[in-house]
Amino acid sequence: MTNPEPLIEVQGLKTFFKVREGLVRAVNGVSFSIKSGQTLGVVGESGCGKSITAQSIMRLVEPAGKIVEGKITYYRMDSHNNRTSAEVVDITSLNPRGPEIRHIRGGEIAMVFQDPMTSFSPVHTIGDQISEALMLHQNMNKKEALERAAETLHKVGMPKPYRVLTSFPHQLSGGMRQRSMIAMALSCNPSLLIADEPTTALDVTTEAQILELMKKLQGSLGMAIMYITHNLGVVAEMADEIIVMYLGKIVEHASVVDLFENPKHPYTRALLRSIPRVDKDIDERLESITGMVPDPYSVPHGCPFHPRCPSLIPGICDVIEPDGVRVDDSQVYCHLYNPEPAAVRQPL
Amino acid sequence: MSDQPNEDNLILDIKDLRKHFPIRAGIFSAVKGKVKAVDGVNLYLRKGEVLGLVGESGCGKTTTGRMVMRVIEPTTGTIRFKDRERGWVDLASLDRREMLPYRKNIQMIFQDPYASLDPRMTILRIISEPLTSNNLARGKELEERVASIMEVVGLRPEYMSRYPHAFSGGQRQRIGIARALVSGPQLVVADEPVSALDVSIQAQILNLLQDLQKKFDLTYLFVAHDLSVVRHISDRVAVMYVGKLVESASKKELFHAPRHPYTEALLSAVPRPDPHHKSTRIILPGEVADPANPPPGCYFHPRCRFAIDICKQEEPILEEICPEHFVACHRAKELSLQGV
Amino acid sequence: MSELASPMIGGRRKLTQAEKFYAASQWQLIRWKFFRHKLAMVGMVILVILYLGAIFAPFISPYANLYKSEVVYSPPQGFNIIRDGKLVAPYVYGSKMEVDPDTYIRTYKPDPSKIYKLLFFTHGWEYNLFGFIPTDLHLFSVEKGGHLFLLGSDDLGHDLFSRVLQASQISLSIGLVGVFLSFVLGCILGGLSGYYGGTLDTIIQRVIEFLISLPTLPVWMALSAAVPQEWDQIRVYIIITVILSLQGWCGLARVVRGKLLELREEDYVVAAQVAGTSDWNIITQHLLPGFASYLIVSITLSIPGMILGETALSFIGLGLRPPTVSWGVLLQQAQNVRTITINPWLLTPALIVIITVLAFNFVGDGLRDAADPYVI
Repeated sequence: MTNPEPLIEVQGLKTFFKVREGLVRAVNGVSFSIKSGQTLGVVGESGCGKSITAQSIMRLVEPAGKIVEGKITYYRMDSHNNRTSAEVVDITSLNPRGPEIRHIRGGEIAMVFQDPMTSFSPVHTIGDQISEALMLHQNMNKKEALERAAETLHKVGMPKPYRVLTSFPHQLSGGMRQRSMIAMALSCNPSLLIADEPTTALDVTTEAQILELMKKLQGSLGMAIMYITHNLGVVAEMADEIIVMYLGKIVEHASVVDLFENPKHPYTRALLRSIPRVDKDIDERLESITGMVPDPYSVPHGCPFHPRCPSLIPGICDVIEPDGVRVDDSQVYCHLYNPEPAAVRQPL
Repeated sequence: MSDQPNEDNLILDIKDLRKHFPIRAGIFSAVKGKVKAVDGVNLYLRKGEVLGLVGESGCGKTTTGRMVMRVIEPTTGTIRFKDRERGWVDLASLDRREMLPYRKNIQMIFQDPYASLDPRMTILRIISEPLTSNNLARGKELEERVASIMEVVGLRPEYMSRYPHAFSGGQRQRIGIARALVSGPQLVVADEPVSALDVSIQAQILNLLQDLQKKFDLTYLFVAHDLSVVRHISDRVAVMYVGKLVESASKKELFHAPRHPYTEALLSAVPRPDPHHKSTRIILPGEVADPANPPPGCYFHPRCRFAIDICKQEEPILEEICPEHFVACHRAKELSLQGV
Repeated sequence: MSELASPMIGGRRKLTQAEKFYAASQWQLIRWKFFRHKLAMVGMVILVILYLGAIFAPFISPYANLYKSEVVYSPPQGFNIIRDGKLVAPYVYGSKMEVDPDTYIRTYKPDPSKIYKLLFFTHGWEYNLFGFIPTDLHLFSVEKGGHLFLLGSDDLGHDLFSRVLQASQISLSIGLVGVFLSFVLGCILGGLSGYYGGTLDTIIQRVIEFLISLPTLPVWMALSAAVPQEWDQIRVYIIITVILSLQGWCGLARVVRGKLLELREEDYVVAAQVAGTSDWNIITQHLLPGFASYLIVSITLSIPGMILGETALSFIGLGLRPPTVSWGVLLQQAQNVRTITINPWLLTPALIVIITVLAFNFVGDGLRDAADPYVI
């Protein structure tokens, strides 16, 4: 595989929320890029900022939150000739309610959520809602749009697409709704699909159906996927590359094989060892991470993981924020891999 | 675990347990049909054993657990429980008042650590409720017992006077566990106790549950949908599908050599944290059957890749095909299915 | 290092605050949240002033309810504290009647030639403070011969200020008493309905639906028109309250029932059941505290309805009747458009009603926002 062009590039993204308790640094300096056709898995526990990162890309952060720093660049591919002539769009500079971002949102970058009920309007039929997006982004008339909607529903494995078109969201089962949402997301042929815990609320057998479907569709449509989840099993299966987040920061960025075979950050390692396995017997106890995730408005100094870290270096980890270090092919944000951090960046 | 189940080593013996919810409609709430949420479940638990009860949402596993707790009234069936002081009793035959003395010996851990603690009560009052309600302790003794159980579950006793809103999800689940254990129960029904928790907290709570089991010689009925968790904690596993038990066996047998096609599909569907694992996933076609209107014959046959004519007509019964391995499938003996 | 040090101190202070927060009960949390609600606090202050005014009405009002002066339709008067450029004790001018030569309308103008001193803590007409302490002490009055009508006077020379104050005793209390009746009925019937369910629930629900479907004003009018003329004031007051709360309890009963049904399914109630807690204890310790805050909200929000109801009934002459004064009774004088255009101060009771209703609504809103401190 050649090195494809990046499709989206996030640089030093900081999205902060002002709440009564203080400032929540939900996303605190996150950089990564997604290449076209690739699947990037974003893993972390609740409150690590994975969903806010996605919302920042979509410019859907709720009013209390603000992108205070960083740049999100979207490279719009010209799909007519195979030559790479990319138009550069600075997403961070767009008005979150303006026409440009609305054109991108839903059209070029689509999103699938954990709870399909929140993204479907309960008073309109599935057909109306999918065709509306098509009419908006693809300049179709109602008839063409409905035709295309049925086609997409068929593509996502709906047995009776025309019946689903006339159904209301509450008339469908959880799995069917999730399929419809994927159909809606895919109807405009997006170049990036952001999937935020799309299978968390589903049963395993339904989850299996959806995962299989997404892989198949990615193969045939060639879109990139940013897959956000807390489930390590799901990313192992779906992702090419994985970023692990903790308290608004990336702690490790590696290929899926590296991450699972040779995890480097103590948090990643602990996480992998703490999950029970369906395919292995774990003798006696699981290795658990001590303590709990701190409140988002009182993030510890230095490395955010240091109070729970088994390999804590006193005087360094609790004082200095680790920079990214390249170890083998992984990017790790940990002082263990950076022998002399203190000398270089002694604080005042 | 090899000894046959008998009156001496069992603690819970459920026979033909059913719960049918009526479907009402119209102004006069006439009964229009019934949902067979639980339909003829047979289960037994040995003393000191962990039985994992798995299945997908709506399969009746939670209803089964709650019927054992008698917070849902069984429609028919027996739930025999061997009480420490009073010996064997059929919990299903007791009325609310008669049930009270048994409550301290059967306790429950809930899924949602937020909804299961009354936000208006201090931790002391929450944890001590099983003691105060049954007049088991009061005053200084009560506080001491609460303090000691708090320490056992890893909470600082000085937090006793705080309210639940002061605690994180993991800590709240510890509070819930402390409440379940303070009266010294024999049997604990754990209803998805870790599924609402973060990955790193899950392991803490699972370890705690295992430690407590050893320490207090507990028996768990562990209701869960996460097969990884069930594999980790259970000795035996029972699988439910649309209100019926389809398979139950020792953990080892069930995971390595399942005998029911549904179990096989369920196991294959779990995503594995192993990038080299080649997915041999069995994708079940269609949707879970509607318990209000199930298909004839075996409820699983419309989705089963091994279904033959008999499966469409005759309901399979739960059979013991080898010692302690029960399967409800017409073709259980001939199929060779894949485990993990 | 200073950058590192300061958050530490901040952190420590935060910790003790957090400590307080962690050990705070539901009611403390509600109080904190309520006190942060600015509009609700404004409403609260207004209500406190209004109710204090009602409680001390005879003490504050310079004139008795039925006191008649010869000065009719006097516009609102003020008092002065500066005379000839010097600060002096408060005084009022006398009034001078002028008759418009064209319309023959009599108007009163201040007459600077007559000066009356304002007297404080004087003895005047007799009354019972709080209904049982006989006294004749008053906050203020005017030297003999003078008048002070802070809000003007009406066609019979009554002091509107005194009357509004004394009317507030009736108008403000009728809301509370009415709501108390609704509360008792609503809790009992809603509780029965929600807890026992079944046929009883169906019957109560149908009754509520029937009562709610009745058009409010005609029913009130029909019922109060049936009140015998010769009944004394107390009996009329009670029967009007009963009429007003006839429908008021329905809403409350629904809130109680709905909350009971909702809370009965809560895990923590199941947990209490599992713990072996008796039904009575589950109701009193888990269910009632669970929706007490909602009850308070819905009560607060239903008081203004009662006040408006009484005002409306009295205004059209079907509620309380003179000599009893309520805001509605006072407004009867403002029924004539011509009178109002000439003497707009007769509408002051309406203004007070509006302020009261708004204040209750602000407080109710604040309470509603604070009622569930666990939803952030």
